Amino acid sequence: MAKKSLSPEARSIINSKVSRRAVLAGAGAVAGASALAACGSGGGSSENAIRWGNWPLYLDVDDSGKNYPTLQAFTKESGIDVKYFEDYNDNDEFFGKVQAQLKLNKDIGYDIVCPTDWMAGRWIRLGYAQKFDAANIPNKANIVDTLAKPSYDANRDYSLTWQGIMGGFGWNTQKNPKGIRTIEDLFAPANKGKIVVLSEMRDTIGIILLSQGISLQTVTEDQFMNAVDFLAKKSADGWIRGVKGNEYAEDLVSGDATAVIGWSGDMFILKSENEGKFDFAIPESGGTISGDNMMIPSTATPEAKANAEKLINYYYEPSVAAEVAAYVNYFCPVKGAQAEMEKIDPDLAASEFIFPTEKTMANLSVFRALTPAEETMWTEAFQKAAGN
Amino acid sequence: MRKLSTPYLLLIPGMGFLFTFFLLPLLNLAQTSTQTPVGGGDTGEYEQSWRFANYLDAFLENKEQFGRSFLYALLATVLALAIAYPLAYTIAFKGGRFKNVLLVLVIAPFFTSFLLRTIAWKQILGEEGPVVPTLRSLHIISESTTLTSSAFAVVMGLTYNFLPFMTLPLYASIDRIDPRTLEASGDLYANGFTTFRRVTLPLSMPGVVAGTLLTFIPAAGDYVNAAILGSPQTKMLGNVIESRYFKIVDYPTAAALSFTLMAAILILVTVYVRKAGTEELV
Repeated sequence: MAKKSLSPEARSIINSKVSRRAVLAGAGAVAGASALAACGSGGGSSENAIRWGNWPLYLDVDDSGKNYPTLQAFTKESGIDVKYFEDYNDNDEFFGKVQAQLKLNKDIGYDIVCPTDWMAGRWIRLGYAQKFDAANIPNKANIVDTLAKPSYDANRDYSLTWQGIMGGFGWNTQKNPKGIRTIEDLFAPANKGKIVVLSEMRDTIGIILLSQGISLQTVTEDQFMNAVDFLAKKSADGWIRGVKGNEYAEDLVSGDATAVIGWSGDMFILKSENEGKFDFAIPESGGTISGDNMMIPSTATPEAKANAEKLINYYYEPSVAAEVAAYVNYFCPVKGAQAEMEKIDPDLAASEFIFPTEKTMANLSVFRALTPAEETMWTEAFQKAAGN
Repeated sequence: MRKLSTPYLLLIPGMGFLFTFFLLPLLNLAQTSTQTPVGGGDTGEYEQSWRFANYLDAFLENKEQFGRSFLYALLATVLALAIAYPLAYTIAFKGGRFKNVLLVLVIAPFFTSFLLRTIAWKQILGEEGPVVPTLRSLHIISESTTLTSSAFAVVMGLTYNFLPFMTLPLYASIDRIDPRTLEASGDLYANGFTTFRRVTLPLSMPGVVAGTLLTFIPAAGDYVNAAILGSPQTKMLGNVIESRYFKIVDYPTAAALSFTLMAAILILVTVYVRKAGTEELV
């Protein structure tokens, strides 16, 4: 679930209406530069600094693109230096990069990583994540209910959501004047050949399953394969233009796609940049919710672990979480952040994308954890439906 | 003694490089291709069990993409040859003092990244690019026809991306042809077509063979064009290998597919080179 969702051109269209969005202009270059600079705080001894690997464009950054205000405030407050790396680009790729060292228990170069739910589950299963010291993270209680008890970490002993991601329908309002609320709306004749769905299996198949009235918490192999067949059939019949990661946003902008299964954060940006040309909604039958999670690798030293826990606790302060959400525009996982957001930007505080209402929340489902054998077999079936 | 050993000593760095970065990974790949999942193991855990049936399974499951890879690569090679031959011919015989400038223009696209060039095609052929609205207003394509996410776009991308590999060897061969042989052909009452068929083409065969090989081999293994310009219905073998390796974390199948692709290309190329009789020509 990569977060670098839009091309620099698309981002440069950003208007000045939304408080911090202007910062995003030319964000591609910024992401590159900050990945190189890779130091959130600057100054002080870096010997004891904790190292945090996160997805690109996933933390509030100032105009220079080099300083992260919330991170600097943390360093000032706690005296803990943080090296921030925006180099978590892909779950599989990152796992491939560090797996050998994790196996040998050799330092992987990070004290906090940010895998997506299913990958977080794999880390925990393999013993690659350290259990939090609950005393260091009292703010853990602030996590929103929807995300508090995932099946891969029922008590949130090893992981806390960084940002939540809602999966639903996105569309071009000119081609779909009535909007898209159901799977039938998505597969309307006007969208034939111009539908792009997410390459993230749990979102795409999850939304199809929900449209068939199947719970994502109890989905069986037969039900899953049936939904995959539905997708494969639609693809063979020429409905599906592509099965993609965040590039779907560019296809919407270029007109190559008119309707998508997409993510809330990207769609928020598209919507605010293009004045009503695009919209997003959670399907009536239900949308997916997943998250990227802060975790401490098994290779972190006890000292780094304690400091990392302080950092995690800090980002679960509602006021800090609101500051981050004002920049990244994803679903904010921290209770109380909405009230804090009122002070920053009332428009954002009212946004369904960042702070969904109770009603919307009730309509979001988490995909259940899969066994390793299921994961392999189901991914294979999904990849085949995607033509691979 | 010293004289004899010097060339071999000079070979050591090259051989060492090939051993470390080609032979060892290849052996590792061969080993991986016959592994099977550990019973009850986690995702990506495999053990050596010398299961050669992996190859058959991998091939049978992906016949379609195999066929597509070779078909697209063949089409791209033929198209590239059709475009590059007149181009190379013109540069060699009519380029005059602009020869070098023209050659630089042929290579110029290489100054930009392969990925960027492919993404650029996506925009050029996209709904809001210059091509689609023009063709629509001329009623050449219908309102619902699109050019991206199609086999057309993939083959076009392959042709475009490998065109310089075809042009340069062709140019090198054609440029070496002595213009007097063409004159002599005319003196012997051959018309233009006969001269081309009997003199120019045979003399440029080394370039044709080298160019087609340099285009076909990478095109058959390419996955970028299909990923960026294609749809789920136009995926090539490279896309399958990528997905097997990174997404499904099925290393044995990915390795078996890589080997099968390599073997298939090797066989095709051997047959082709034999037929074209390049041993005398190159």
